[in-house]
Formats: sequence, C-alpha cells, structure tokens
Amino acid sequence: MATTLTPPPRTVPGREARVRQGPAERLAPYAYIAPFFLLFAVFGLVPLLFTFYVALFDWNPIGERVFIGFDNFTRLLGDTRFWNAAWNTISIWLLSTVPQLLAALLLAHLLNHARLRLAVFFRMSMLVPYITSVAATTIVFAQMFDRDYGLLNWLLGLIGVGPIDFLQSGWGSHVMIAVMVTWRWFGYTTLLYLASLQAVPRAVYEAAAVDGAGAWRQFRHISVPSLRPVIVFTVVTSTIGGLQIFTEPLLVSRSAPLTCGPVRQCQTLTLFLYEQGFGRFQFGYGAAIGVALFVLIIAIAAVNYVLSARIRPER
Amino acid sequence: MKKADRVRWWTYLLLAVATLACVFPLYWMFVVATTDTATATRLPPEIVPGGNFFHLAGLVFSTVPFVRSIGNSLLVAGTIGVGHAVLCSLAGFAFAKLRFPGRNALFLIVVLTMTVPTQLAVIPQYMIISALGWVDTLQALIVPGLASAFGIFWMRQHLATTISDEILQAARIDGAGTWQIFWRIAFPLVRPAAFVLGLLGFVTAWNDFLWPFIVLKSPEMYTAQIAIKALQNSFTVDLGLAMSGSFLATLPLIVLFVFVGRRMVDGIMDGAFKG
Repeated sequence: MATTLTPPPRTVPGREARVRQGPAERLAPYAYIAPFFLLFAVFGLVPLLFTFYVALFDWNPIGERVFIGFDNFTRLLGDTRFWNAAWNTISIWLLSTVPQLLAALLLAHLLNHARLRLAVFFRMSMLVPYITSVAATTIVFAQMFDRDYGLLNWLLGLIGVGPIDFLQSGWGSHVMIAVMVTWRWFGYTTLLYLASLQAVPRAVYEAAAVDGAGAWRQFRHISVPSLRPVIVFTVVTSTIGGLQIFTEPLLVSRSAPLTCGPVRQCQTLTLFLYEQGFGRFQFGYGAAIGVALFVLIIAIAAVNYVLSARIRPER
Repeated sequence: MKKADRVRWWTYLLLAVATLACVFPLYWMFVVATTDTATATRLPPEIVPGGNFFHLAGLVFSTVPFVRSIGNSLLVAGTIGVGHAVLCSLAGFAFAKLRFPGRNALFLIVVLTMTVPTQLAVIPQYMIISALGWVDTLQALIVPGLASAFGIFWMRQHLATTISDEILQAARIDGAGTWQIFWRIAFPLVRPAAFVLGLLGFVTAWNDFLWPFIVLKSPEMYTAQIAIKALQNSFTVDLGLAMSGSFLATLPLIVLFVFVGRRMVDGIMDGAFKG
C-alpha cells in the first residue's frame, strides 16, 4: 500500500469516473452507515413511536392489554402527582442549566487568556466531574447536604445558619439536585466554549482593547456572539438531558427512592414514569407520562431555540 | 495596553476555586470511604483520610459480587468503546469521503437524531429487549450503545479534514476497494480521534445508570453502578460502605484519566464547534 500513499501530481477531472465499480462497491456506503440506522430504528425511533401507541392502552407487563383511547391522558391531566413532577422537573432543570451555562461562559473566557499558566492543569481539572458517575456523585453530594452530619450544614453552622434539611424541603432538594447536575456538566461545557473561543482571532480582541474596550465589553461583544452556535447546541442538549433527570432523585432519598421523598418533593417526570411503569406495572400510564414529557421537551426546546437564536453580534 | 494583556490575579483565584470545586467531592468521597461511620458522622468533620479503607473495601466485596460487577462494567463499556471507534469511523468515512445518492439527507437525519429524547421511551425499549429475550443480559446494554449519532458526526469531521481526496483517488486507481481504502488508509490516519471517541463511549457506558437499572435483575449481572445502588439499599445502611463502593467504581476511570485525560481534553476541544 506504500505506493498508493503518494498522491498523484495532478488530478485529471473525470478520472475517477473511469474506475470501474461493481454493485458491491456502489452499495458499500450504505452498508457502512447501516449499523447506526438499524440500531437507532430498533432501540430509538420504534420505541419512541410505540410509546404513543402503548399510551392508548391499559397495559401490564405480562402482555394483557385493553384499548382505552385517551383515558390515560385524561387521568394524567387530573393527577396532581403529574403536575407536581412536571413542576419539579422544570424547577430542577432551570436551577441546573442556567448557572451551568453562565459558569461555563465565564470560565471559558478566563481560560482563553494567551498567557495563562497551568492551562493544561486547569482544563484537565474541569473534566474530572465528567468522568465521575452520576451514582457516585449523588452519594457524595447527598452526604455533603445531609441535615445532621453534612459538610455544608457544618460550615453553615459556623456562621450561625441552619441546620437546613435540604432533602425534606421542596426548594432545598431541588437546589441539591441542581448542584449535582451543574457539577457534573459545567466543566465539559466550559471546554466546548473554550474551543470555540480559540477560533476567534486574537487580533479581534487586541483591536477592541486598542479602541478602549475593557474586559467586560470584550466578553459581552466579542466572546458571547462568537459562541452563538455552540451556545445553541449546549442549550438544546442540556434541555433534552436536564428534563430527563432520573438517577439523582432516585438515589438521594434512601427512605422513599421511587418518589424522591415522602411528599414527592423532588420526583421528576422520568422518575414518575419509572414509578408508574416499573414500580406499579402500569405500562400504559407510564407511556402516557412519556408522551407528556416528550411534548414538554419539544415545547421548551423550541422556546430555547428562538431565544438563543437572538444572540447576534452587535454592529 | 500592557496592563490589559496581563493575566489578573483574580483570574487565577476564580480558576483555583473552580478547580477545587471539581476535585474536592472526589477527595471527600475517598475520605469518607476510609473512615468508619462513627468518624464520618463526627463534627467537625475529618478532613484527612482514615485507615479503614481495606476494611470497608473488604465489606463491599462481601456484600455484593463486586468483582463480577466491575468485570461486567469492563466488558460492557469496553465493547461499546471499541464499537464506537470502529462503527462510527466507518459511517463517518462514508459521509465524509464517499459519494452516494441521498448522502446529505441521510447525514441530516443522523444529526437530527441527536435531538430525539429517547430516554422517555424506556417502556417500549424494555418490551423490545423482553421480546428479544435479552432481559437480565449484558447484550441488552451493549448492542443499543454500539454506535451513536454524536460519534458519526465527530468522526466525519475528523475524516473530512484529515484525509485528502487525492490519496483516496490514487488508491482507487491502483485498484483498492472501498473497504481496503477505509481499513488500510483512512482508519489508521484518524486513529487518534477514534481512540478518544472510544474513550468517551467507554466513560458514558461505564457511568450509565437508568438503562442497566431497568434491564438487569440478578446481582451477578449488575454493573458497578447498579452494585453501588445495591450497597446503598443493603440492610447495613452504612455511609462508608456506599462511599467505598462509589470510590471503587470510580477508581478505574480515575486511573484511566491520569493516563489519557489530556488526550480526552484535546479530543473534546478538537471535536467541538469552531467559530
């Protein structure tokens, strides 16, 4: 193969067409992309479409099913547990996404300095939470937020505050879970932003500095607009991920894991889906929760897309 | 102008705070994993590791089949990592370097699938796995994760920028088939990018929770993450025990990160959006 690695001096137009290709060669590209499409169809698309179908039945795991039309949905809309879970989901998502993206913006801006020392060390540190599992993260943070023996309440006690029972209160449990989500993802997001920032020519910043723009104005008028595509990307992905949070609420409450506490104070929609589908064996009702979650994600993603598309360079 | 160019002290201060925030929870996990419950619940808290690590680690191994769980995790995450490196490179190669009818439309579909929230479809996914007879098996975890849209997107970007059309054309004129061109020319050239993608696939699979939690039933099939959950549930509700399990389940990734963390950082930044 060594000879083929040397490129020919000049490409003659149309020469490629003369190379004879059999049917196997023509089908090769489709064979190469087929595995992904097959896997996505079987384990992604079909289940998603099937969710809408299952939601129309009273369906239990043994396979017995009765068609009940939209009864699952009317029941869902009158179910206070559903509205509670929907509210918890949105609250936790907002509390985790907004600080995460803002922190990542700031840190990426700081890391982008040309003369920064220890740059590799800082970047690697940012990725440590990403390699830590959600399960391990949740157990550590649950200990830190513990009412009686938690590190955080001990520190708060030193300044005369508390103790706060994070897990048992509505906002406290939301904040606790949001901190876990933020911790796991802000470093990864920072690296994505930093990569985009590094593509901005340094001369742009220098010119701005010459014109008298300070650090804040450089950040606001150069960094943020040039990050537009990656901001849109991270907003969309953190919406899709953030609205499907499951593991943290399942693991923080040891006494009532499936409801994230006795009064469902931090039960998210995905956890509610799991509770109904796999805890109570109501596949139909669980699927209806899935459909509702789907509608919620689409609606919020659309609003987000419109909002983040408005970040434009100012002229 | 000189002043604006210098790195300010508060830049280092903020970065140091962020670094501490990233690393401290792992350190804390180790501290609690090495102390007994009595010490873990003492105030003010112990800030240095205790000498109880091997005792607690022994308890972890006797409470759940933890060696087996780590082995299961290695098998699942390793296969998914290799699958990602090969299958996503192959598809990325087709999208970047081969011309075929429908290419652009199909690639658009790949990108769009990234925005599909499939986790909410766990009930039908479970039904499919059940129909295949794969409940409580490791292939239920491996097969759905072998390739990803993100991986194809990533490899396509690397293949498009790394490999010139002239090389491929020359190979074709010399009579090389498409498979040979991929396997002997294209893949070796993008092996570093495929390696990082494999690592990312490995890490994601290692840390996955919801799906293994649903399909795995018997303790011998548990992955490390589900074993942690079992430790948390076990009648000896011991914080140190759950922390030791968490630490032991994270340790392989920490070791991996020490060796290849820098390549992961560079890879993530290379694969990201530019401009």
